[in-house]
Amino acid sequence: MSSNAISQASIEQQWSLPYKGHVGMLCLIAAESAIFTIFVVAYIFYIGESLSGPTPREVLELPIFATVCLLSSSLTIHAAIGALRKLNNGGFRLWWFITLALGSIFLIETGREWHHLIYDRGLTISTNLFGTTYYSLVGLHAFHVSVGLIGLLVILLLALAGKVQQEHSKNVDTFALYWHFVDVVWIVVFTVVYIIGR
Amino acid sequence: MLQFGVVATGIVVFVFVMMHRRFKKGATSTRENCIFRLAFVFTGFLLNFGFSPSLFAQAPSPVPDIFNPASTPADSIHRLSLFVLVITALIFAVVFSLLVYVTAKFRHRGGSSDLEPPQVYGSNQIELAWTVVPVLIVLVLFFATARVIQSVQEAVPPPGAVQVIAIGHQYWWEFRYPGLGIVTANELHVPVSDPAHPTPTFVKLLSADTDHSFWVPQLAGKTDLIPNRTNSMWIEPHAAGMYVGQCAQYCGMQHAKMLLRVYADTPEEFDKWVASEKQPAASSAAVATGRAIFEQTSCINCHAISGTVANGHFGPDLTHLMSRETIAAGAALNSHENLEMWIQNPEIFKPGSLMPAMNLNDQDLEAVTAYLESLR
Amino acid sequence: MSSESIALTGVREPSSSFSDILYSWVTTVDHKRLGILYILYAILFLVIAGIEAIIMRIQLIVPHNHFVSPQTFNQMFTMHGTTMIFFVVMPVLFGFGNYLIPLMIGARDMAFPRLNAFSFWLTAFGGFLLYFSFVGGYGLYGIGTAPDVGWFAYAPLTSKTFSLGHSTDFWTLGLLVSGFGSIGTAVNFVATIVCLRCPGMTLNKMPLLAWLNLIMAGMVVFAISPLTAAQVMLSLDRFLGAHFFDTQAGGSAVLWMHFFWIFGHPEVYILVVPAFAFISEIVPVFSRKPIFGYPIMVAATVAIGFISFGVWAHHMFTIGMSSYGNTFFVITTMVIAVPTGIKIFNWLGTMWGGQLQFQTPMLFCVAFLFQFLIAGLTGIMLGAAPFNWQLNNSYFVVAHFHYVIVGGILFAIFGAFYYWFPKMSGRMYNERLGKLHFWLLVIGFHLTFDFMHIPGILGMPRRIYTYEPGRGWEIWNLIVTIGTFLQAVAILIFVVNLLYSVFKGRLAGNDPWDAWTLEWSTSSPPPEYNFARIPTVLSKRPLWDIKHPEDPDWDYE
Repeated sequence: MSSNAISQASIEQQWSLPYKGHVGMLCLIAAESAIFTIFVVAYIFYIGESLSGPTPREVLELPIFATVCLLSSSLTIHAAIGALRKLNNGGFRLWWFITLALGSIFLIETGREWHHLIYDRGLTISTNLFGTTYYSLVGLHAFHVSVGLIGLLVILLLALAGKVQQEHSKNVDTFALYWHFVDVVWIVVFTVVYIIGR
Repeated sequence: MLQFGVVATGIVVFVFVMMHRRFKKGATSTRENCIFRLAFVFTGFLLNFGFSPSLFAQAPSPVPDIFNPASTPADSIHRLSLFVLVITALIFAVVFSLLVYVTAKFRHRGGSSDLEPPQVYGSNQIELAWTVVPVLIVLVLFFATARVIQSVQEAVPPPGAVQVIAIGHQYWWEFRYPGLGIVTANELHVPVSDPAHPTPTFVKLLSADTDHSFWVPQLAGKTDLIPNRTNSMWIEPHAAGMYVGQCAQYCGMQHAKMLLRVYADTPEEFDKWVASEKQPAASSAAVATGRAIFEQTSCINCHAISGTVANGHFGPDLTHLMSRETIAAGAALNSHENLEMWIQNPEIFKPGSLMPAMNLNDQDLEAVTAYLESLR
Repeated sequence: MSSESIALTGVREPSSSFSDILYSWVTTVDHKRLGILYILYAILFLVIAGIEAIIMRIQLIVPHNHFVSPQTFNQMFTMHGTTMIFFVVMPVLFGFGNYLIPLMIGARDMAFPRLNAFSFWLTAFGGFLLYFSFVGGYGLYGIGTAPDVGWFAYAPLTSKTFSLGHSTDFWTLGLLVSGFGSIGTAVNFVATIVCLRCPGMTLNKMPLLAWLNLIMAGMVVFAISPLTAAQVMLSLDRFLGAHFFDTQAGGSAVLWMHFFWIFGHPEVYILVVPAFAFISEIVPVFSRKPIFGYPIMVAATVAIGFISFGVWAHHMFTIGMSSYGNTFFVITTMVIAVPTGIKIFNWLGTMWGGQLQFQTPMLFCVAFLFQFLIAGLTGIMLGAAPFNWQLNNSYFVVAHFHYVIVGGILFAIFGAFYYWFPKMSGRMYNERLGKLHFWLLVIGFHLTFDFMHIPGILGMPRRIYTYEPGRGWEIWNLIVTIGTFLQAVAILIFVVNLLYSVFKGRLAGNDPWDAWTLEWSTSSPPPEYNFARIPTVLSKRPLWDIKHPEDPDWDYE
């Protein structure tokens, strides 16, 4: 039994398991991916199936600026966490704020695009199948961006209050996973809606 | 353990009957069919009542039994079904015997109760064996199934084939014969097919509203009628007679009374039926009042009668109403009283039917019914 | 490691007023209490959905019966199916998972206790929302109604054109809400099993129950999400006038079928995998042998998990897919029988050479094996597409999936219930009532569902509120209805046994079954913190090692 006791102690010492925040977030991302997959499938399934106009080619323009903003926010959030790990709290706040700003610009650009489509082009969710699938897919993504922005804002406020320190980098990192996911989904949505579907 | 004993006996009978059937190919007698079905529902042997559904086949009204096929595609399916049944029955017999053996043999029996049995953790050889054998069985089943899928789905209409369009409505069937210019409802007439000069019927399936499914078990498997989609199926009855079926995809409140009849006529009868259906609607002076009332009420919004102003499409075509044995998609026999009740208050037969209650006065009702009864 | 270090007596809660107790249960984040809440919630809905089933069976006892109106009948089968799947079987499985997983892997709680509570209340709220449709279906005034679109709610019956009022909205939103709850629970299960195992419990030393629930949770993540997405689309259709499933604007009815069944088939395995988990825990203990072929069992379940995502269109063999599509789904469907068969053989292998003890939990397991075998074989028949063209949407299918869900899953759940009841309540159930429950349920089950196959073979479609006489269906429907009442009596006995034993049963002690997994090392019921000292394990059966120091399991691993 004594050799057993020794092996037990060594097991307890060496025992380490993944961080539960990361695992949970990855699961959530898996579930979200499945939801987006269904919406993307519906979008692709209905390309060219609308019984009436307008068609994507007539009304959609490439949102290059918004895309650049959103994708670069992935880099800035990465930089923010790097700064936090290096105990550079000021750098963290700055990069975090830039991330928030870039995300907001994306959301505003989406809003402008929708305003243009609804008021100038007369395309609503009930106009035709294109409207239905376009607004729901882009809207689902915009919803995720909005949730991300709220999270970014909350963490920024906490950081300004001095509550985000180096030991929280794992938690912040978990949130960043979500933000990266939102970016990656945009690449898919962009490809499907603005390149394949147009 | 008595229960298990009864089940085991059932299996032995079942396997025996199955073997017997395989060796003795050819026409299946009702008696044999009867024993077979009894054995088929494996667990029927738990309460062995000694009678089987096939006894009902002799009753005046036919039983839409999938094991009593009367048409080429239903035959192919039937043969495959028997094959699948044999295989699954054998699997059942083996695994179930194992289960009975294990529960009986390794039952704990007092005595050396404190001693744990030998601890066995597994065996790769055994695992391999009970992986490979099922894989082989699955392959056999798959190839047998794939063959039948091909033979039923990829069949090409021969020159003599009859073409029909079936349109599902809430809760009735519209049948159009584009080649013959006939429109009818709920009762499909097709010719019996002679192997020398096959005249199968190919049915194109459409839906006017929700999903439906065309199922006449003795003639073919079911195929759905789905809005915005064109499906097709075919039947080839060998024997004259009436085959019943009904809608098999939930389509709304009266899904249960969306009944279906297929009349397989001899070629002569079928030609006679076609000739009669091609006639314009009967029009006699005796029923002119009824006709006038019919044409002045909302009847004509939904029903069509050829040669009159009635050209609605939401309800069944009434041009040859009296050539049909039932009304309301099989919910009632086509009799004088039923017609009157149906016109006055369809809720009696089919609550939720889309036919409105006409609320005619007695005189008008009598006249309209008389007019409808003249539509032979 | 000595047994005293992990076997601690629980701390008794000070008794307090009813409102305090209620408050403590409503605000609890303890995985054990949430587990029990899930189970009680499921029993409540089991009784409700059971009554709905009885109403249907009374209506069908003779042809042209007028017991209920067609609309009521259609509501009954819609609510019965939806309730049983989403508000009985899923919650009860989540309940057992919640209760058992932390105890079995040597953890003090789930990874995210508050998310856990949130998920439960979402699920509960979803169920109540669905049932609120009985009073609120037409709006908040006048007579209510309930959804009558069938539990798979095929388009376009769910569109505004064919489904007026709000009954379908309640259905959609109820499932949407409870779906979020399910996803939350699944995330929690995965995080708990991956991150909170006690020292020494490597993946290949986890109890099979933890493994199988991990696989189940992974499947929930990928299977419930499509349903959620489809429900969002349907809601957009109904509330904002979108056209996803609006066939009049070019929408596709078939798309809904695909989305529904890409959820719906994995869902069956989501329900059955935890049932497998119960069998895999109970059969070894009552055979006095370790599970046979542990790695193969895990591998087979993983295989089932993957393949189950590639078989969905076997629910759609009759929609007129191309012959190649049909052929593809035939092979995937049949292939899934192989790992399932392997599992059955492994359970038989576990029993082989053991000393089988037929207490109530084991009786349910043996009945499970027998009934699940038949369910699998009728599944193979349905998997042969041409045979399916005849049997699909007939009473044969109804019999088949009730064989899976009642004969398989529900029997396994009852087995689990009797097995872990002593742990949860601290008291033994009444063995005689347990056996009576078992035998009545077996007889009722077989009366109902064996004979239900026959009208399907004779051409009786499902979901019909009445049927024509003279088609050979009468006698079978009569027998089926009689069986239903027997089952109802059996369930009643179960509830009586439950109530009686909770208060009057004899004390069970920590380990009434002489079992081997960690939950039996705690007191019954376990203290709130589960383990005073987090245990360390060296093998799959830590308590076996303690009880048999001369022949511990780790010598063989």
